[in-house]
Amino acid sequence: MSDPKPNELIEKIDYNPSQKGWMDVPVEIRKGMYCYASNPKSVEYVGLPHARPWNPLEEDWKLPENWKEIVHKAFRERLDRFRSFKVFMDICVRCGACADKCHFFIGTGDPKNMPVSRAELLRSVYRNDFTTAGKILGKVAGARELTLDVLKEWWYYFFQCTECRRCSVFCPYGIDTAEITIMAREIFNLLGLNIDWIATPVANCYRTGNHLGIQPHAFKEMLEFFVDDIEEKTGVKVEPSFNRKGADILFVTPSGDVFADPGTYTAMGYLMLFHYLKEQGLNVTWSTYASEGGNFGFFTSHEMMKRLNSKMYAEAKRLGVKWILGGECGHMWRVIHQYMDTMNGPADFLEEPVSPITGTKFENAKSTKMVHIAEFMADLIYHGKLKIDKSRNDNLKVTYHDSCNPARGMGLFDEPRYVIKNVCNNFYEMPRNTIREQTFCCGSGSGLNAGEDMELRMCGGLPRANAVKYVHDKYGVNMLACVCAIDRAVLPVLMEYWVPGVDVTGLTEMVANALVMPGEMERTTNLRGEPLPGMEE
Amino acid sequence: MSEEKKIYDKGKVLTGLILFVVILAFPFLYNSGKAAPAPDRILTEKAKAAKECIEPKAFMKSEHMQILNDWRGSVVRDGKRIYVSSSDKEFDMSLSNTCLDCHSNKADFCDKCHNYASVNPYCWDCHIDKPKENK
Amino acid sequence: MNVKYMFSLIAVIVLFLLAYVGVEAAGLQILFGIVIPYVALLVFVIGFINRVIGWARSPVPFRIPSTCGQQKSLPWIKSEELDNPHTTMGVIARMFLEIVFFRSLFRNTKATLSDGPKISFNLEKWLWLGALAFHWSFLTVIVRHLRFFAEPVPFWVQLLEKVDGFFQIGVPGIFISGIVLLAAVFYLFLRRVIIPQVNYISLSQDFFPLFLIFGIAFSGILMRHFAKVDVTGAKELAMGLVSFHPIIPPGIGVIFYVHIFFVSVLLAYFPFSKLMHLGGIFMSPTRNLPGNTRAVRHINPWNYPVHTHTYEEYEEEFRGKMIEAGLPVEKE
Repeated sequence: MSDPKPNELIEKIDYNPSQKGWMDVPVEIRKGMYCYASNPKSVEYVGLPHARPWNPLEEDWKLPENWKEIVHKAFRERLDRFRSFKVFMDICVRCGACADKCHFFIGTGDPKNMPVSRAELLRSVYRNDFTTAGKILGKVAGARELTLDVLKEWWYYFFQCTECRRCSVFCPYGIDTAEITIMAREIFNLLGLNIDWIATPVANCYRTGNHLGIQPHAFKEMLEFFVDDIEEKTGVKVEPSFNRKGADILFVTPSGDVFADPGTYTAMGYLMLFHYLKEQGLNVTWSTYASEGGNFGFFTSHEMMKRLNSKMYAEAKRLGVKWILGGECGHMWRVIHQYMDTMNGPADFLEEPVSPITGTKFENAKSTKMVHIAEFMADLIYHGKLKIDKSRNDNLKVTYHDSCNPARGMGLFDEPRYVIKNVCNNFYEMPRNTIREQTFCCGSGSGLNAGEDMELRMCGGLPRANAVKYVHDKYGVNMLACVCAIDRAVLPVLMEYWVPGVDVTGLTEMVANALVMPGEMERTTNLRGEPLPGMEE
Repeated sequence: MSEEKKIYDKGKVLTGLILFVVILAFPFLYNSGKAAPAPDRILTEKAKAAKECIEPKAFMKSEHMQILNDWRGSVVRDGKRIYVSSSDKEFDMSLSNTCLDCHSNKADFCDKCHNYASVNPYCWDCHIDKPKENK
Repeated sequence: MNVKYMFSLIAVIVLFLLAYVGVEAAGLQILFGIVIPYVALLVFVIGFINRVIGWARSPVPFRIPSTCGQQKSLPWIKSEELDNPHTTMGVIARMFLEIVFFRSLFRNTKATLSDGPKISFNLEKWLWLGALAFHWSFLTVIVRHLRFFAEPVPFWVQLLEKVDGFFQIGVPGIFISGIVLLAAVFYLFLRRVIIPQVNYISLSQDFFPLFLIFGIAFSGILMRHFAKVDVTGAKELAMGLVSFHPIIPPGIGVIFYVHIFFVSVLLAYFPFSKLMHLGGIFMSPTRNLPGNTRAVRHINPWNYPVHTHTYEEYEEEFRGKMIEAGLPVEKE
């Protein structure tokens, strides 16, 4: 497959849609813009219905006979269960404020990628099936019947939304397309219409505890490989423990960081940080059973999210820890912050999180009992508990990408910035309208980080990349920091495509590079094996 | 779920709705069912004797403010003081000397309706309600 | 010609003709002046309440505010209480600013793509300004109309009239709110026609209320300044309605009936349309909840047990490998 060149993508973008009524333009499922259909084995493994091989490009999707009935019933059920969904179906005035806020619209110019249009795809059927006006007036009232083409249009466009919630920031009623996309995807799953990049990680996670399907022994081996790597670069031998009863804290982080660069360096960072704090009283264990922070169940259904998420509390309970520490991940933190306690709580078998090093009570996590590593590290640095040599990061000119979910589903803005500013000397913000609550998605979130939809990903990532390019050109920024494992997996590709010369790092990797470990040898390289500033030859 | 038909956040939702209804009901409550017919136009003997105003009654009802406004412009800016009515009668363009000559009962004739319709003409800022004081 | 707005325009013209012919030719003053207004008000109130109760019958299973500012975490990090409230007071403040000043809309930007490529986001306040002008002037107009529905007229209504008529232009004096309302409606219409993105998403039901409200404002201004009607008669009719002694005073101009018919249609149409955003904004879970889910547990009333893959099942499958790798197990 030959991917289009950057300039070819740019040339295609036109923000002025044709004036042809959108209902009259049928969907065209285009290669490079969609993800492959779910593997029936994965669907079956977690007991979801209508597992079968099917191909989005084929005319026949092999839907169950009564698929319309299933959709109608599922729609009704979700209207009854989620006030958000019901209200959002009813109150949009189509003011258009959200239109050019979506990275997919900005990057493709496809008018159906305007959040309001995306929602209207569903709303048109809602009006037809559930409102009096729609039933009587039909198309005049913006209603249309559910047909196979409509379903395909839904599928195509609800897998072109990364649930990043940027539109909801600008909507005067807070209409959140993520919420609408979540409902649409729940309905797809009742028809066996998931994408494989979500379905298989879900099945893996259910079975092995992580998306990548790493089995317990392999998980341990992979971390032990990092241990050797760390020893090689720092001279310090760290000693992680696994599934250990008697630990005070359970640490959970996305498995992506165990598996692929540059996330691996962030994983090494965790190991070093925990080792460093061990003498000061940190007693932490990893788990192979709960070895996944991320939750692709969130992109499947609320139920699947709950099923996968349950492992965190279950494991914390089994091991008898006091509280849980969570690594750098995006949607993982939306799930933890806004869903976990409600779904799988109350966590009354845990204690209110207290930092064993500083004594700080994390009152903001007193019910869920799970603390973000950025909160944890910011507190350590604030209390002067980390010996930092900032100059080791002097080769970096860093900017920070607020990952969508910790930004708009939690409000984690200043903790990571505080950490970055304390471990490196050169920090530059991207333009105001592209950071913090207005941050742009990497373009590959919510399970769209597959290989076959590369064009979609590059389009969706354009606004983010473009803001990076701005600080790259202006300040010479060469490092993009983030707190999300999907970011770490996809941003390097995105940077390579739009802004060559910018690399991607996690927060903890930068901390670990600057961390002066007791008993370390002279550090000459960073965790990536690149020479530290002043050590180049 | 739907079968139990429960109202969630009942307290807040009902409070909001009650507030909504109370605000809407304001005019109904405020008047507490008292009808408020428009005040009768009380004419002085002199006005009755004149039979007709400078223009027909219906026209005067909706246009008197416009006539007065035109008169003011005409008198103050152009120095023209004579108004010729549609029935070819001539009148001195003067609120105090023409209008209030017949309608000398300002409180009854003017104010009642003005108050009823919540109209506060600034005519009375200068033309104090004592007619003929300078004749 | 755009079908979407032509349909709505024709609908409003038909409504106008209905009232005009109904009163002028058929003498149906009682229908248009008494019956329809009462029915419309009833439909409005009952419909509105029904709709809100309908929303309230669906629970809010998760606390999902859009967090648009720094969370409350460590004591030395300043949290943004207005954009990411963690207390009820904060939520009230956020909602207040949202409802009264359209704070989210104030953030609006416009994306443009230029060579480079360079994407820039420029502030775009016109929509915010237009929306604010529209809603506030409409509210002013409505409150001002209390002079027809209250006897004696409350002082604050008179005060509002005084402020609104500050310029003392013409007799009767022009009300600023009326002009602003007309202009704002026209702007909101224009942007639906001119801005391609907005035009693309506009439906006929987006144009209908605009035309209707334009008709209401226009007929109102017409009868105040141009085709004058008998004001005391109008008030008599209005007072008759609110005191449940309905009467039809003779000789009120036909435009008056057109005006109240438009208003009646708007009221009756309201609960079945997007205009319900008036109620909906209060019910939006991304705005009306605090962002404190980790500190205070949110309860999902339909939280049901799910199938999970337990540790025991996990160990059962991998026990051999775990033991071999030196991982602790529950059962040897």
